[in-house]
Amino acid sequence: MIASPVLLAWATGLESASSISPRVDALFRGLLVAGSGMAALLLVANLTLLIRYRAGSRAQRGPVNLPVNLIEAGWIAATTVVFVAFFAWGASVYLDMERPPAGGVRIEIVARQWMWDVRHANGRRELDTLHVPAGETVRLELSSEDVIHSLFVPAFRVKQDVVPGKVVTTWFEATRPGRYRLYCSQYCGTKHAGMTGEVVVLPPAEYAAWLGRGDASGEIAARGRAALVRNGCTGCHSPGGTVRAPVLEGLHGRRIPLADGSFVLVDTAYLRDSILEPNRQVAAGFDPVMPSFKGIIPEGELLDIIAYLRVANEGTKP
Amino acid sequence: MNLAPTCPSGTPAHGESVNRLGLWVFLATEVLFFGGLFLAYAVYRAAHAAAFSAASARLDFPIGTVNTGVLLTSSLAVALADLAARGRRVRSARAWLVVAGLLGAVFLTLKGFEYHAKFAEHLVPGPGFAFAGPPPAELFFSLYFAMTGLHAVHLLAGLGALAWLWVRLGRHPTGDHTGAVELTGLYWHFVDCVWVFLYPLLYLIPPAP
Amino acid sequence: MSVDPPPASPPPDYLAAGVTVRSWLLTHDHKRVALLYLFTITAFFAIAAVAAALMRWELLTPDADLVTPDIYNRLFTLHGVLMVWFFLIPSIPNVLGNFLLPLMLGAPDVAFPRLNLASWYIFLAGGLLVLQAILTGGVDTGWTFYTPYSSTYANGQVMLMAAGVFVAGFSSIATGLNFIVTIHKFRAPGLTWFRLPLFVWSLYATSLILVLATPVLAITLLLIVLERGFGIGIFDPRLGGDPLLFQHLFWFYSHPAVYIMILPGMGVVSETIACFARKRIFGYRVVACSSLAIAVLGFLVWGHHMFVSSQSVYAGLVFSLLSFLVSVPSAVKVFNWTATFHRASIRFDTPLLYALGFMALFTIGGLTGLFLATLAVDVHVHDTYFVIAHFHYIMVGGMVMAYLGGIHYWWPKISGRLYPEGLARVSALVIFLGFNLTFFPQFVLGYLGMPRRYHIYPPEFQVLNVLSTAGASLLGLGYLLPLVYLTWSFFRGPPAGANPWRATGLEWTTASPPPERNFAESPVVSGGPYDYPEPARE
Ligand code: HEA
Ligand code: HEA
Ligand code: HEC
Ligand code: CUA
Ligand SMILES: [Cu+2]
Repeated sequence: MIASPVLLAWATGLESASSISPRVDALFRGLLVAGSGMAALLLVANLTLLIRYRAGSRAQRGPVNLPVNLIEAGWIAATTVVFVAFFAWGASVYLDMERPPAGGVRIEIVARQWMWDVRHANGRRELDTLHVPAGETVRLELSSEDVIHSLFVPAFRVKQDVVPGKVVTTWFEATRPGRYRLYCSQYCGTKHAGMTGEVVVLPPAEYAAWLGRGDASGEIAARGRAALVRNGCTGCHSPGGTVRAPVLEGLHGRRIPLADGSFVLVDTAYLRDSILEPNRQVAAGFDPVMPSFKGIIPEGELLDIIAYLRVANEGTKP
Repeated sequence: MNLAPTCPSGTPAHGESVNRLGLWVFLATEVLFFGGLFLAYAVYRAAHAAAFSAASARLDFPIGTVNTGVLLTSSLAVALADLAARGRRVRSARAWLVVAGLLGAVFLTLKGFEYHAKFAEHLVPGPGFAFAGPPPAELFFSLYFAMTGLHAVHLLAGLGALAWLWVRLGRHPTGDHTGAVELTGLYWHFVDCVWVFLYPLLYLIPPAP
Repeated sequence: MSVDPPPASPPPDYLAAGVTVRSWLLTHDHKRVALLYLFTITAFFAIAAVAAALMRWELLTPDADLVTPDIYNRLFTLHGVLMVWFFLIPSIPNVLGNFLLPLMLGAPDVAFPRLNLASWYIFLAGGLLVLQAILTGGVDTGWTFYTPYSSTYANGQVMLMAAGVFVAGFSSIATGLNFIVTIHKFRAPGLTWFRLPLFVWSLYATSLILVLATPVLAITLLLIVLERGFGIGIFDPRLGGDPLLFQHLFWFYSHPAVYIMILPGMGVVSETIACFARKRIFGYRVVACSSLAIAVLGFLVWGHHMFVSSQSVYAGLVFSLLSFLVSVPSAVKVFNWTATFHRASIRFDTPLLYALGFMALFTIGGLTGLFLATLAVDVHVHDTYFVIAHFHYIMVGGMVMAYLGGIHYWWPKISGRLYPEGLARVSALVIFLGFNLTFFPQFVLGYLGMPRRYHIYPPEFQVLNVLSTAGASLLGLGYLLPLVYLTWSFFRGPPAGANPWRATGLEWTTASPPPERNFAESPVVSGGPYDYPEPARE
């Protein structure tokens, strides 16, 4: 309509800083063009008819034999085709958004009322700020300690709800170094509007330097270790424990036998499951006596423990 | 309440068909009302099969089974009341209503015992919940109480309707009550039907392999 | 309330039939019940509108300077809850529908008049519970009540609020049931299905949704109350419950519910266009059936509110496709209305102005609905002001416009009096302009990334927010005008006569205001709707 030039201008008004955002913008612009074109058509048609057939005008009236059924079928078919085309376009971009490319940087983020708790692979931690390298796939593993939050970075056209009780992943590839706004877009209580932050995109070398400057694995290992003691894990999982339980250090990355005769690769997911639902997969040679820690162990500590177990090996003193 | 329809043609047959349609529409809403719970049940049972079967084993199988029989029999009584009302045998219709009502009351009493036992065994969801087994069992008991509780409320309403009908038949022994008895019966059968689904879903989960 | 006695013709009209409070509160007359609803929902609208005014005022600046975050969160919750359940859902169905359905069918009343009155009391009870919840601390969950926030973390009167909505739901069900039975069983002789006015068709489709969707909302809210109050945790992730299940149940109701909030408006627009174009609606049968198609397909698209909720990718694809398909019947309606103007004889009275406003704004709202249904775009604009703008365009620009248009169109029938036409046209224009100024900037805000339910925002968004607030002031003014002149007209307006628009339809064949039992003698129908005479060529 009249406003459509404004619309087009606005569609380009937002920074576009990820690999996917130009594609989303193109799609949005396509919708704008089709939509405002359609609206303009309807506006013109209506205005013409309204003026021409105003009461008392000289226009020709009286019945005409229009092929009503044909007309109806025509515009039903035409709209359906246009609509399905846009569905397909949207779906194809969406599928690429949902399929992360292999490799890249992995970062864990714990959302809680009302902050973003970011943990980098080497243990460096930050709050409400997310440092990422430009030009690399960044894979976020999101979890929540309380209610549903949603990570939203407009400049990347990325949004993902963070649902308590599970780990949700999303990804992006930032294309331009700079600082971008980060919001919580799912209502999560009093300070929902304050749960904002910043994404800092650095050139890869600078990112590496930034990461290296931080307190590395030492700190996170210590935290995970402490959490292990605090939650009573070591009561069983240590040589002098009350119950015979497997040694946890060094478990990660190994294939181990299960009580039902199958084997399993110990990865993050398996560690998480073993802690939250221990009786689902029981290690061979042990009694299934480990209690579930679901709802008991805070999400942040769980991540610390898992992070610790990922780096710890049998040499690490219990 | 008495849904006295306005009736342009004024014929009783029209009035009855109006009420019947009204009741069927109402039953459709009821189906969707319970539908939400059945959906929740289906989702969780698929996700936590083992926990559900472990929890189901703690339900009182004999009471559930007896109650199923009791409700089915009460439906039979209501059907017989309907038959009697059609034949203008008001006395026998009232008698069958009493039988149906008593069976309904028996059902609720047994249900009460069952609830009481669950309280005693700490199987009522909430802070006091204690179940040696996987945590999703609490979901099962939540659903159990929500579904059977809602069913019991409906049964209670049904008992009210039976009582109202009984009084009405007593007051106007010579009137035509086919419509009222038929509709109340429909509602009663519906409540019964819900239980026919609840019973296997809640009580008859096979043990986990 | 004093009303002049009607011209000597017996029987007395429904307003004159009794003037005591008792005669209103115990009435079984569908027309009086309609007016009871009219007053009640106007009151609820006023409260929710004041909340909107406060919100817009707060959003004038990027900082929190008018209200605290807690208050702001309570404001949008009460705004959403009251506007949706206590104003817009009952607006056209319970006011105009109640008033007109029996008239349009040639019936003396709805099928179950007592149930009809009961539904108003139930509605009132629900409304009072919600007001109590607001007065005793409010609720800050948003109108969507997402768990686990609502069940565990929110403080405030969540249970009371949920109970209020739960109770009001039964009034919706009662109304829907009443309408369905009335339409099936109380049509005048000769009034076959394809002779029904399109408004009746739209009410029929609406009633189907009311009856089939509302119970699901009821059970969902009940489960929240059980979880919050009694620890019966169905959605609790700590027990293995799934918060997404709540969202599925909520939107299984709430998406069909958005069609409860538009179908009746489409019906009103069809009636007004036919009357002021003096022509049968183009493609009458298709328009009638498209209402049913919307009602049925509307049940299959709820998942489009959950594209970023972490539901499965395949679910997203299916819901997206279905959302596009459910839009086809809406598009068909717009095309048919446009085609109706072909070879018509159009008079631009206020009701038509509102109908045209509806067409424009609903089209924009609907088209942006398609943007939202497009998966990749929704990921970006979900939970931003783009969504806010989308649904205000449809609900305020569409449905409220249709409601006001309908009120004007049938005002002579309801009150027996005329309203000041010139003033009414001016207000319609003010509302149209104010509306666009309020909500158009919000599309831009949304695409730029301003999240919803934010009382503070980055400074770069301020200009657009100021525009929006300015628009809301104009819009508020626009809404006050009809309130004033319609009240005046009710008591002092010139008498209207039975059929001031020279419209077809049974409602115009009886006196204005109609007598208590509607028709002196039961009408018999022998032709289709909208049999307007050939427009004379001048
Ligand atoms: C009356 C209310 C109403 C109506 C009728 C609609 C109608 C539609 N809505 Fe809307 N919607 C809401 C009220 C409504 N909505 C609300 C309240 C929310 C937010 C809830 C919340 O989160 O709080 C919402 C949110 C919402 C979302 C989720 C957004 C998000 O949270 O991320 C989506 C996504 O698909 C959507 C889509 C649609 C579609 C496709 C239609 C379609 O039915 C529209 C069909 C109409 C047309 C398409 C216009 C006419 C067509 C033409 C003139 C055709 C010509 C065009 C071409 C050929 C291109 N809506
Ligand atoms: C269903 C109908 C409906 C209607 C009619 C409206 C009407 C309006 N809405 Fe509403 N709105 C919703 C349904 C509706 N809304 C819903 C469902 C939500 C989502 C809630 C949620 O997130 O949970 C929402 C959310 C919502 C927001 C987003 C809040 C946020 O996310 O932070 C905003 C912001 O501008 C807004 C504004 C308005 C305005 C300006 C009007 C205007 O049309 C109102 C016009 C009236 C006035 C402007 C005031 C009238 C004047 C007076 C009464 C005199 C007194 C005046 C003063 C004191 C100044 N609405
Ligand atoms: C009551 C004793 C006990 C406690 C307390 C306990 N565990 Fe265990 N745990 C066991 C036993 C026994 C097994 C082996 C059987 C099985 O797999 O369930 C086990 C298995 C595991 C495994 C899987 C190892 C494998 O070889 O498959 C992990 C990981 C684990 N525990 C982590 C923890 C953590 C973390 C904690 C504390 C938060 C904890 N456990 C507390 C007894 C315990
Ligand atoms: Cu976290 Cu909103
Ligand atoms: Cu929707």
